[in-house]
Parts: sequence; structure tokens; C-alpha cells
Amino acid sequence: MTAGSDRGARAEAAAGVGAVAGGEGEDKQVEQVEQVKTERTRMEPPVGAESGPFWEATREGTLLVQWCTSCDRGIFYPRFFCPYCATAGPDDSAAGQSGQSGQSGQSGQSDGSTLEWRTASGRAIVHAATVEHNPAATGATFSHGEPYVVALVDLDEGVRMMTNIVGCAPEDVRPGMALTVTWEPLSDGRQLPLFTPAATSA
Amino acid sequence: MFEGMTGVDRSLRGAAALVGVADDVSPTGELERTGRELEVAMVLAALDDAGLDLGDVDGVCHAESAMGLAEYLGIAPTFTDSTMTGGSSYEVHLEHAAAAIASGLCNVVISVYASTPRSDRRRQRQVPRRGLAGPNPMVEWEWPFGLRMPMGPYALAASRHMYEFGTTSEQLAQIAVSTRDWAALNPRARYQTPITVDDVLASPLQSSPLHLLDCCLVTDGAGAFVMTSAEMARSLRKPPVYVLGAGTCHDHLMITQMPDLTTTPGAVSGSRAFEAAGITPGDVDVLMGYDSFTITALLHLEDLGFCAKGEGGAFVEDGKLGPGGSLPMNTNGGGLSFTHPGMYGMFLIVEAVRQLRGEAEARQVDRPEIAVAHGSGVVLSCMSTAVLGTEATL
Repeated sequence: MTAGSDRGARAEAAAGVGAVAGGEGEDKQVEQVEQVKTERTRMEPPVGAESGPFWEATREGTLLVQWCTSCDRGIFYPRFFCPYCATAGPDDSAAGQSGQSGQSGQSGQSDGSTLEWRTASGRAIVHAATVEHNPAATGATFSHGEPYVVALVDLDEGVRMMTNIVGCAPEDVRPGMALTVTWEPLSDGRQLPLFTPAATSA
Repeated sequence: MFEGMTGVDRSLRGAAALVGVADDVSPTGELERTGRELEVAMVLAALDDAGLDLGDVDGVCHAESAMGLAEYLGIAPTFTDSTMTGGSSYEVHLEHAAAAIASGLCNVVISVYASTPRSDRRRQRQVPRRGLAGPNPMVEWEWPFGLRMPMGPYALAASRHMYEFGTTSEQLAQIAVSTRDWAALNPRARYQTPITVDDVLASPLQSSPLHLLDCCLVTDGAGAFVMTSAEMARSLRKPPVYVLGAGTCHDHLMITQMPDLTTTPGAVSGSRAFEAAGITPGDVDVLMGYDSFTITALLHLEDLGFCAKGEGGAFVEDGKLGPGGSLPMNTNGGGLSFTHPGMYGMFLIVEAVRQLRGEAEARQVDRPEIAVAHGSGVVLSCMSTAVLGTEATL
């Protein structure tokens, strides 16, 4: 992430903090979301510079997690660089920045450690969840005006991501609930990973 | 008070002081002036409060562009700071200004903020919008799920706090109730009619578990402060309010990346500021803790050490944050009831100064000597803590 893009994100988020607070209805951020909305039911995610493999795999219903082989842990969101141990991934630009040979496809570190993609189990548990009771305030239309669940979930692989929890009454979602991944098609063939309560096993 | 702590440099303690403040807020929630006109009015009013004029200013802080403001004012500062950390920007400006003054980079620093989202909406005023262009992980990994900004992230933190510690909606509501009791003493507050816990719980759920009355306002508002050296401060119009300590920390930008949803980086900024000032939470006479939502304020109380982690709910239940309580918090009525134009941190500083000067009228706390202004920026992302004191604390 460049300093410039970080600054932009920060400024954007701060603008959100201000305008939207919530006390009183409409807000700037709602307008922003509605501007990018088409007939699609949600604002579809752009593909970040580091996350191409993640989104390609979703076309087959495969959930990938970026993995650092040096510190042996998952990374989310995807990066060129492990934020835990500074291992760089097998990417030209990142390898170049870290002083490595910079040949495409080579491992990022002289000891062979690198960042790679692994298939996740699709199992997760709820870390925290909120039921959005005012869908109009977010511009989201995927729930057709009904309350919906936004959650942070912890994958079995140890990374935390945001998602919607579907397939149950929103008010039944609690931290600690076991989940499995399910997929919602996007307009370009990619799929968005959502989660649903795991079938209870005896 | 000043014993038993080590490790943080204390050379800033008492080196710089707040010498002028101003703000413009209306109970209608709207202001006539906007933009640069409003900013310039605040700068001039804060300078007048100090007994200084523009020609004395050699340091400029502004969360968008200190260069743009200085150009407009026609001054050529030797210290510039355009730090933007959301609502905590003004506490960060204060910290940086204190360091710059102490090290001789400049002598008189101004910081100013003006925002009029409420009247902009009514007047359909065109507001330059910060674009979404460029790689922003939030857009890729959070917004597709309908996360309500900024309320959703705070709701997630509240959800986790309730799960881990048994915190209740009633306890969160009490923060809104105590804050409104302060607003009832402030004729410029947007909302001045007292409310009850039941009122909060009966207000519509937004992003659960947050109800409408757990959320801050959207109003116009503006403010400014002026700082200078302790030496110069003593020759000016009002009693100096000294910077005793300051600290800042951010540990994420987007909520998905927050290391622990129930512990903010205020645990770091607060302990650094308190140690630099040589104080403990028990020494704080009045607290200005950024209340974007009730959960925000509750997390501050724990992370600043006023109570143990997880005990914030029980801590606030007896109303100790309100008028007559043992820990007066947000005595102007806070972001919940006084004003919240977007980045509320400026008003934390203005109110802390007025309390320490004894200028807070009906809401005046009994002879406070130490005040804390604790700013929170973006989504619990950047915390900045300023410990302020009267002459007696030096």
C-alpha cells in the first residue's frame, strides 16, 4: 500500500465518520453507495492489486486464504507483504522492494519462504455480529429492505473477514456460532463468500 | 501525584499551553456561515481570546490542508501539520504543536475546524467529495456486505463487548442519559431535554445493538484553538491551560483489521499521555472522551484505566459521568447531545479549556485542575490523548 493510497483511504474513512453518524437519517456515505449502485443487488467488490487469485477461485466456489510460509499463518486482506514477519510474496514489485532478485514467480525470501494461496476449509465461527435494521441507510438492496446480518467471522485458518450471515433469522446470530461458507453470484461470474450456520452434528 | 512512573519522556510537560479557544454551535444544529468564512472567523476569535493576532501566528494545523488555510490567511508559517486521523485529528495537532513549540520550530500555532453537513444538506450545497478512487481495502472487503458507515463497526465492537463481558444495552444507554443531563445545562446544545434509559431503549434499533439514541448527532459546528510557549502564555489575556502530556496510537484503519474489537489503541495513547504528565486516572477532574456512540465512550473509560477492561458497563451505571458525579464526562453534552459536525475532537479541547479556566457557566465542574481530551478517529482506529492542567499542576 502506498502512502498516497493509505492517505486517501484514511481521508475517506474520516469523511464517513463525520457525515454519517447516524443520529438523523440521510448521510453522505449513503449517497456514495447509491451512486455506484446499478441494477445489481449489492456494491460489488473491486479486485485489488493483490487479490486476483482470491476472486478467480470464487468462480469455482473455492475459498482461498493467503498464507505466509515463513511464520506459518494466514493473512487477510491479501498483501504483497506479510504484516507479521515482513516476508514478501512472489511478486516482482514486492520482491524488488525487499531487495530480492525480483524474478517473477520466485520465492520472496532467500530462505525459500513466501506468500502462497491455500484452500480454506470454509468453516468459521462468528466473532461479532450486527443486525442492520435500517437497510435504507446503507444503500444495500440485497436484503430487499429486510434486516440483515453483517459479521466478522474467524475462519478455521485463523484469519478474520467480514461477511453476511444468511440462512437463519438475523436475531439468532451470536458470537461463537459455527458457520460454513456459501456463495452468492456476482454479475461478472465471481462469487461473494457468505456464511450460513453449520449443520449441527450430534 | 507525580511519583512512581518511568519510561516516557516528560520534557514536554508544561512546555506549551492552550491560550485561546473558540467555537460556533447552535441549538438549531445549523450555522449561517460555512467553509473558509467560518474557519477564518474561528481563527480570529480564538486569537482574540488569547490576545494575539494573525501576525503572531507561525504554525498552522488543518486536517485537510494547512497550506490552503495559510495561503487564505496570508501567512507564511514555519510549522505546518495537515495530519488527518478523523475525529482525533485535533488532539494529534495539539500533540504535534506542543512538541514543535517545545523544540523551537515555532511559537504560536493555530488549529481550526469547520463543517456544516446539516445545512449543506438543506441548502443542497455542493461539498467536494473525497473520492473512492485507488486501492481501498475497505471497498473490496467490507462495503459489499452492506456495512453501515460509520455505525456498523461500532456496533460490531459493542456486540463483542456484550459477548465477552456481559455489557448490556441499559448500561450503554446510561452514557447517553448522563451526557444529555450535561446538555440540559448548555443552552447551545442541540438536544437539551433530559432522557431516560427507557427512552434510549425505545428509540429505533439501527445497527444492533445500537439504538438511535446511542448515536451522535449530525450538526454544523466549528472551533479553533491557539497554542504557544508556557513563557509567552503567562503574558496573555487568559489563564494558560498547560499541556502536561500527550500520546497517540493507531492500530488499524478498517474494522476488519482491528486487533481486538474490545480494546482500542487508546490503551496505548492514554498510558503514554498519563505517564508523560505524571498522573493516574484518579487525578483527572474532568474527562472529554469522544462519544461518537455510547460504546465509544465506554471503551475509552476502560482503555484509559478509569475502570478495568470489561467493567465499563457497571462503572457507568450509577450515573457518575453526569452532573454531580465523580467523573464528569463531556460536560458540554458531547457528540451525543451538543454537536457532532463529523470530526468532534476540536470540541473536546475547547470544552476542556473552558472547564479549566472556570468559564463553563452552568455546567462548570468545581475547580478542576486536570482535564483529559481523548480523541477517537475513523472507526476506533486512531486515538490521541491530551492531558491538560492549570498553573497549579505544574
